[in-house]
This record gives sequence, structure tokens and C-alpha cells, in this order.
Amino acid sequence: MSSNTNAPVKHKSISYAKWGYLFISPFFVVYIFCSLVPLFSTFYSAFFEDYMDGLKHVGPTFVGFENFVTLFTPKSSGSIDIINYAGNTMIMWIMGAVPQIVFALLLAVIFTSERMKIKGQTFFKTVIYMPNLIMASAFAMLFFTLFSNVGPINQMLTANGGEIFEFFNNKWSARSIVAFINFLMWFGNTTILLMAGIMGIDQSLFEAASIDGATSVQVFFRITLPLLMPIIIYVVITALIGGLQMFDVPQIISSGKGSPNNTTKTLVMALNNYIGTSKNYGMAGTVSIVLFIITGVLSFVVFRTTEPKKEKKGGKK
Amino acid sequence: MASHMEYIDKGNKTSLLIAKIVSYIFLVFVTVLSLFSFYLLIINATRSNAQLQAGFTLLPKEHFIDNLVTAWNDQSIFFLPQGMLNSFIVSACTCIISTYFSAMTAYGVCVYDFKGRNVAHKFIILVMMIPTQVSALGFVKLVNALGLTNTYWPLIIPAIAAPATYFYMKQYIDSTLPLEIVEAARVDGSNEFRTFNFICTPILKPALAVQMIFSFVGTWNNFFTPALILDKKEVWTLPIMLSVVRSRINSQAGDMGEVYMIILLAIVPVVVVYLFLSKFIIGGVTLGSVKG
Repeated sequence: MSSNTNAPVKHKSISYAKWGYLFISPFFVVYIFCSLVPLFSTFYSAFFEDYMDGLKHVGPTFVGFENFVTLFTPKSSGSIDIINYAGNTMIMWIMGAVPQIVFALLLAVIFTSERMKIKGQTFFKTVIYMPNLIMASAFAMLFFTLFSNVGPINQMLTANGGEIFEFFNNKWSARSIVAFINFLMWFGNTTILLMAGIMGIDQSLFEAASIDGATSVQVFFRITLPLLMPIIIYVVITALIGGLQMFDVPQIISSGKGSPNNTTKTLVMALNNYIGTSKNYGMAGTVSIVLFIITGVLSFVVFRTTEPKKEKKGGKK
Repeated sequence: MASHMEYIDKGNKTSLLIAKIVSYIFLVFVTVLSLFSFYLLIINATRSNAQLQAGFTLLPKEHFIDNLVTAWNDQSIFFLPQGMLNSFIVSACTCIISTYFSAMTAYGVCVYDFKGRNVAHKFIILVMMIPTQVSALGFVKLVNALGLTNTYWPLIIPAIAAPATYFYMKQYIDSTLPLEIVEAARVDGSNEFRTFNFICTPILKPALAVQMIFSFVGTWNNFFTPALILDKKEVWTLPIMLSVVRSRINSQAGDMGEVYMIILLAIVPVVVVYLFLSKFIIGGVTLGSVKG
């Protein structure tokens, strides 16, 4: 193909399309084989009764939507497991996400403030981002040992004549610890994203506002916040999609049990339980479909909020 | 925060000073918040079980080596250094092939004009949001059917298709790689593969480095998929070992000094990498995530 080097005009007529296909083919072959086919086979499993009863393999027998009915049928206590797990996931996510966004907004405003010119920014950013890279399992282990009945926190309580508080036996303290770890791991990341957003705002708006005598509070609520809204929405929804996948921290802290009393059990923990421990593939498929639908709806919202920006950029080209 | 902002606008220097002081106090607070758990971890890894039972302290003790030896020789998790090696093998292989092939895909979409190019791009963006957990059941079944349980292939090979890495590289190539270079290479008689491997990748180096770091760290920390694929002790990666140590700690049974040491050893490599490359990493966060 490249032998005809002294005739560049001729090169234009050579089609390089086959190279395009060649370059993208490993990605697509692997994606189809390792993700797409498993995705459909997971969905397919949802319509079969297929589980291990001790050492006996029951099924697979086609049962239609029966697994979905089972999944959403209330227990004798009146509660529906899957709704509880979704609720636990949401509660723990919100408990971590609210301080995460508030801290990140404050930090982003501080870092980008023209007036204050904060020194040592590189140091502070390095430090607050670090927890994001640490193994979630290690964080979970560390906090489990710190708050365990024989850990340092309880030692401090008993040293002052108090009684031992079983942090992992109370649903609110257990949930708070999971939420706190999530907050700690993600507020630095959110800060960096919001900072990029603030720096993307047209500086002349801030100048105009200050000439008009606007206070910093007014600037924040009337200019920074509204213009930052698309990015905040993007951050919140992607965090929510991440939050739906919450697994490592509560799994390690409760040894997979979601204790106390299934109040820290998340959707993915339930899924992991069905695939790994109880080998109930029918129910695992059903939970996967539920998870897929929720993620799909949320992703759709993300695309709706980011799409107009992309079009504008394309138009400029 | 809100109230001190008001004063700045009066142009009053003392008020600006107060605002600065409050901000620095807040920054010191979040610094302590981010670091205290690491500090406690390091201190506790230097204390013996008896010292840990005796109470809290902020100063290191002399049992670091003892704890290291105990953790090193703990057979209930097979062999900790083996776990570290396993984690390293999986992470290193994953980050190299994931970054290389995803960059190649992005390059293919950016540089060549072919039928279905837009469809290919839109498809990858569409599947980017699908969590790996959703297809986990089918994937585990596939791995079982192929007899690849307890091997690293099912952890490494799927990384060839990393939609987020593709997306990042696509944006980077669009904004930094001049297509004239590809044309010029063609004129010089370079084959397309050679152009990509030896002429274009050097230009993409900063982005490739960022993606390799993220991929390495992500794989090092991954717990969900390895936990479903690896059930033999010999092949366990670190997060699985941690989960095993965790289930052993009930009441007073375990040697807590050793536990802290194991946690420390699991995170040290990533912390070291981070401290050297934090500039790239923090710069890379925004490039990859915010669209437009």
C-alpha cells in the first residue's frame, strides 16, 4: 500500500477504512464476548428457576416472570426484601452524598477564590484526593477495627467509665460508618470536578457582579450556583449510579451479612449473595435486571443534562 | 462560610483576613479528616496486641517488625506476599492491555473514516454507564463453562474493552493529535500500525499514563469480580485476603497488630504511586469525567 510514495495525490484515493475496522475490532470482540453476551445470558437466567438446594441442582426450568413476582412479594413480616435493600442503599448513599457535595462546594469555592488566593493548594488537593485511591475494603477493615467492641473508640468510652457501645449492632451507627467512609473517599474527587466547573464560568460575570456591588453571598447564589447546576447534576447522578453499586464497604464491615438485621445490606450485596453463596441464578438474574433498569433510567437523565453542551461544542467545529 | 463572605466585599482588609483564616482552618480540618485514619493505621501497625488492648496512643511503638513477621507468616490467608504479587500481576497486565487497546480503539475512531464509525462511538458511550455487576452472573457462568475459574484471564482479558478509557482517549486524541502527522507518516511509507505504535503513542503519552494509573489502582482495589472468580487461597488478591481477615476478627481472638499491618501493606503500594504521580492523577480526574 505504501510503496507508491512519490504520488501523494494517489494516496487520497486509497481507502483506509479497513484499518479503522482493524483498530476497533479487539475492543468490540472482547466487549461482545465478555460483557454483552454475559449481559443477555444474565437477563435470560431471570426467567428460569435455577438454584442449588444443598448439593442438588434444581432447574433450570422456565418459569416466566415468577422470579419477579417472588422478588416483589412481601415477606410474612410485610416487608419486601428487594425494596429494603434498595432503601438501605439509598439511605447510606444520601447520608454520605449530602456532606460530600456540601464539603466539595465549599472547598471548590475556597480554592478558586481570586480574592483569597489560598496558598498550598497542591498540598491540600493531594491530601483530600488521596482517600479516593485507597482500597475501599481496606478502609472498611480499618473502620471496623476502630469501632469494634474491643477497638480504640470503645476503649475511650470505657476508660471514662462509660459502657461499650456496639456500633455494628445498631443500624444507624452501622449505616453512619458506611456513609462516612463513602463521604471520606469521594469528597476530594467531587471537589476537583466542581473546581473545573467553577473555572469554566465566564470570569467577566464575576467582575460585572462585583462592579454592580453584589456581595459574595449573592455572587455565589445568583451566579456560581446556577451556572454550576449542570455540573452539580452530572456529579450527583454519576455519584448516584456509583452509589447503587455500593458493595465493598458494607460487605466487608458486616462480613457479607448486612448486619444488624439486614439494615446495611445493599442491592449488589444481595446480588453477590445470590451468585456466590446461595447460587440462586434465577433470582440473581432478576436482581440484575432491576439494577440495570434503575441505572438505565439514571443514565438517561445524565445524557439529557449533558447533551445540549455537546451539541454546542460540535456546532463550533 | 456564608457570613464571612459578605465582609470581603466591603473591601475591608481585616475582613478578608478573617475569611482567609476561616478558610485555612477549614482546610486544616479536612486535611486532618483525610489523614487521621492513615495516621492511626500506621501507629497501630507498630503496636503489639497487648498494647492495642491497653488503649489509645498517638505515638508509635516498637513492634512494627514483629507485626510484619506475623502478617508475613500468617497461613490462614495463604501467604501475604503472594497476595501482593498476585494483585500486582493482575493490575499490571490489566493496566497495560486495557490502556493500549482502548487507546487503539479511540485512535481508530478518530483517525479513520469508515462506515459505522459513529455507530461504534455511540455504542461505546451508551454502554459506558452499565455497571459490571449487572452482567456478573452471565460472566461467572461463562468463566465456569470455559474452566477459567481460579485463573487471571477472566480478570485481565475483559479489560481490553474499557469504555471509560476509550472515552478519555477519544477526547484527548481529538484535541491533541494533528491528523497531518498520520498523513505525513503515510507519505514516508509508514505502515498504519507503525504509525500508531511509534509515532502517535509518544504524543499520547500523558493521557496514556493517566489511564494506566487509574486502571492499575482500580484493579488493585477491585473486590467484586475477583471474589466471584477466585476461590483458591493461592490465587487470592489482596481485597479477598482482607475480607478473610475481617471474618476472623470477632471479639478478642485475633492479633490486632497483625490486622493493622495487613491493611497497611494492602494500601502502601498505591499510596507510594500516588505520592509520586499525584499531579497527573488530579489533573486526569477532570479530563476524564466532565463532558463538553
